[in-house]
Amino acid sequence: MSFLELRDITKTYGTLNAVSDVTLSVEKGEFVSLLGPSGCGKTTTLQMIAGFVDVTSGSIHLDGRDITRAKANTRGLGIVFQTYALFPHMTVFDNVSFGLEMQRVPKSERRARVEEALELVHLAPYAGRYPRELSGGQRQRVALARAIVIRPPVLLLDEPLSNLDAKLREAMQFELRDIQRKVGTTTVMVTHDQAEAFSISDRVVVMEAGRITQIDQPYRIYEHPQTEFISRFVGKTNLLPGTVKAVSGAYASVSLAGVPVEIDSQSGADMGGKGGALASGETVTLCIRPEKLRLTGAGQGRLPGRVSERYFLGSQWLYHVDGPLGTLMAVTPNDGSAPLDLDAPVGVDWSPSVVRVHRGAMAEAPDPALEAH
Amino acid sequence: MTRNGPVALVFHTLVVLFMLAPLAIVCLVAFTPENTLSLPTRGFSLRWFEAVFHHPDFVQSFWNSLWLALLSATLAVALAVPASLAITRWEFPGRNFLNALFLSPLIIPHLVLGVAMLRLFALVGATGSFGWLVAAHMVIVTPYVMRLLIAAIAGFDRSVEQAAYSMGASEATVFRRITLPMILPGVTGGWLIAFINSFDELTMSIFITSPSTVTLPVRMYMYATESIDPMMAAVSALIIGITVVAVLLLDRVYGLDRILVGQR
Amino acid sequence: MAAVTSSPSSSAAPGNGRWTPLFLAGPAALLFAALVLTPLVLTALLSFNEFEHATGRTHGFTVGHYLAVLTDEYYLEIFLRTFRVAALATAICVVIGVPEAYILSRMRNPWRSVFLLVVLAPLLVSVVVRAFGWSMLLGPEGPINAGLVALGFGRARMLYSEGTVIVALVHVMLPFMVIPVWTSLQKLDPSIEQAALSFGASRGTAIVRVVAPQILPGILSGSLIVFGLSASAFAIPGLLGGRRLKMVATIVYDQYLSDLNWPMGAAVAVLLLVANLIIMLTYHRVVEGHYRRRLG
Ligand SMILES: Nc1ncnc2c1ncn2[C@@H]1O[C@H](COP(=O)(O)OP(=O)(O)O)[C@@H](O)[C@H]1O
Ligand SMILES: [Mg+2]
Repeated sequence: MSFLELRDITKTYGTLNAVSDVTLSVEKGEFVSLLGPSGCGKTTTLQMIAGFVDVTSGSIHLDGRDITRAKANTRGLGIVFQTYALFPHMTVFDNVSFGLEMQRVPKSERRARVEEALELVHLAPYAGRYPRELSGGQRQRVALARAIVIRPPVLLLDEPLSNLDAKLREAMQFELRDIQRKVGTTTVMVTHDQAEAFSISDRVVVMEAGRITQIDQPYRIYEHPQTEFISRFVGKTNLLPGTVKAVSGAYASVSLAGVPVEIDSQSGADMGGKGGALASGETVTLCIRPEKLRLTGAGQGRLPGRVSERYFLGSQWLYHVDGPLGTLMAVTPNDGSAPLDLDAPVGVDWSPSVVRVHRGAMAEAPDPALEAH
Repeated sequence: MTRNGPVALVFHTLVVLFMLAPLAIVCLVAFTPENTLSLPTRGFSLRWFEAVFHHPDFVQSFWNSLWLALLSATLAVALAVPASLAITRWEFPGRNFLNALFLSPLIIPHLVLGVAMLRLFALVGATGSFGWLVAAHMVIVTPYVMRLLIAAIAGFDRSVEQAAYSMGASEATVFRRITLPMILPGVTGGWLIAFINSFDELTMSIFITSPSTVTLPVRMYMYATESIDPMMAAVSALIIGITVVAVLLLDRVYGLDRILVGQR
Repeated sequence: MAAVTSSPSSSAAPGNGRWTPLFLAGPAALLFAALVLTPLVLTALLSFNEFEHATGRTHGFTVGHYLAVLTDEYYLEIFLRTFRVAALATAICVVIGVPEAYILSRMRNPWRSVFLLVVLAPLLVSVVVRAFGWSMLLGPEGPINAGLVALGFGRARMLYSEGTVIVALVHVMLPFMVIPVWTSLQKLDPSIEQAALSFGASRGTAIVRVVAPQILPGILSGSLIVFGLSASAFAIPGLLGGRRLKMVATIVYDQYLSDLNWPMGAAVAVLLLVANLIIMLTYHRVVEGHYRRRLG
């Protein structure tokens, strides 16, 4: 049995299923992120673990103990809220010390542990300040210190970095992971930011409309998204609708708007549980990440194309290439060489192993990444 | 763009004069050495202030009003804190009705409340009781307290309390250590505004006070309808002084514009 | 209003007990039931009792008091006067209060805070004190008469007239007009007025076409409050109206404490309350509904 287990938990508000049949096992010391667009039920899931929202059905187990109906103030979990929820009328020291006081830790030990926690988040010199006298990043770290000082079995983080500006958010991602490694606390984090989830989690749980659609390591989620939704939500991707023309052994030929493309016939095997090899005549959606496309000289590669847009992203160049399949996005590293010119004729190439296949037609949903905020 | 033209400034000056004139003349006349209501043209004198302190009726009424305001403001706050929590944080049958009931003394003329309470007091034999007078004043000051408290509680981030629960605090501890301190400005602001309103109340009190419980405004009203001498001015000046102190306090703890004008 | 955040079911989530809200609001509810609802019901009942002048006893059932109040010339005159005085006080409050609120909103701090305090704080000074102040200002020996004499006009008899009552009422009520207008001016985005000016509108046009419609709800709200409070005002007419200039509130006082005809006083009080409630509820229905629609 895992350290923290959610078994088939469901939460309904009236007729709305905010969370449906969520089952998740978290190992001791693991850092797991719940990732999904706004409104998909991440916070509700976290609040059920914390005990602030009642579970409609299903059960929650912590270290072998059923805590489904346990009161929030008996669970002993450490929580960092999106708004930080610092006690505005208490100093940093008193904020961090509050949980220890509730645990009736003797005063001398309390002092030592608070100082240790503040040390960990680099806030020792700020112990006497009030929250309003701190910057956003400092408040965030007080909230973190306050949550870990009670040595909780599980740390729950609800969008802990979303109120920070981009630069600080990136720095805090690494610091958060660093601190979590040092204290070794099992952690569940909620976020709608895939970069955040990927950079610091051991495993990522993708949620869509109240349901879990994939649980995997960040790399696998990126490389093997199980649904078209995930491939769109996680990073940029080129989605190409097509039809399987012929299957021969390990290879299948797919026609994309009349252009034949070779793919691995087993590619569809792990897609959304609809396993099995591809069959001739099947409708599919191919999915190729922009950085997997290579831009070659004109006349080379699998497809011809022409550069129609060019964006400079700092470490990379993002090109829009018009060709027989419409407009494709391609990303090349900024290695110091001159970028391609607008209107330059190019060839587009890729290796068959980078093509992901989703069975069925492309959903007409708007880009989920745009809904994430 | 925030400039006012000369016409506007003249208008504004006249309005300010209009608002301050009756208060200013009261304060000036209070220092007259004469026996009649007149401006102190021949030096200042404190004789009428002395007269107030030697007038047993005024002294007694002052203490009545002070105790009445202290007690009714304190008890009103004690009832209004849990009641506003219930109204802002729970959905329950009758919630809207209770909310309207608690705010109703703001739209029921005090005159009507006065005669209504007089009838009740006469029926239950409560006329002349200081305790019932306190209860009556609690009714008229509670809405002021509730308005501030509801605003304070509604603008409250619940996750702060959740944070405290998650650290193992009991509900009572959360209330005492987190909720109450966080709504404290609303509580003290509400208490002060309740105190001032109770201390100043005339129209309802005039119906339900008896000779032993007469409050200062009622005493002054009676006195002013019978005889007018500079002692009235001295009492009035004292009241203005007390009000100014209370207003400054209120401004310190809560911000006067926030109380009078409401939440921004 | 606040969002209600708790779910009603009882369980792990703290503070969700079913009876908790009733327990919390209970004491205050009891107080208000005992000292607001009960006395109002008793007074309504009393207004239908007959009154024996000889013994002072009240009993039986009659609508005579209401008939008397609504037909007797004496009462009608008092109601008319009350209405006239309240309406005039309201109109003057609009004429003074609205521009003053606008001027205040265009001031810079600290002047803005200081003058807001000066205009609003008299609200917190006992109304008896303010009435007394006016009786001195306008009295035969007051500075205004002294000024008139010095200018060679001779004394004017100003006390115990409707004019005096109205002036003092305006003084007492002006803050109630300034507050809602000020509040709606605060909600007004100053850049809207600037936008109007940038389209070439004159300052006057900008105020009339852009500012005025947006603060209209504030003006209406202030007017209703001022009218309601003026119509039921007691201390001002009591102290400045003298014996002859009766208004509704003073007549109730007389019925209760001089004539001891409580049922008659109760009938007038009930009519006053009903009129007040109608005004306030109309305000809620019409003005707030309209305002909300406009804001989407
Ligand atoms: N107290 C509540 N009452 C009704 N619906 C709610 C409540 N809390 C959340 N929801 C709904 O449940 C869904 C999931 O919300 P939430 O868990 O906050 O999403 P996320 O954190 O992923 O953005 C949303 O549709 C939200 O509107
Ligand atoms: Mg959320």
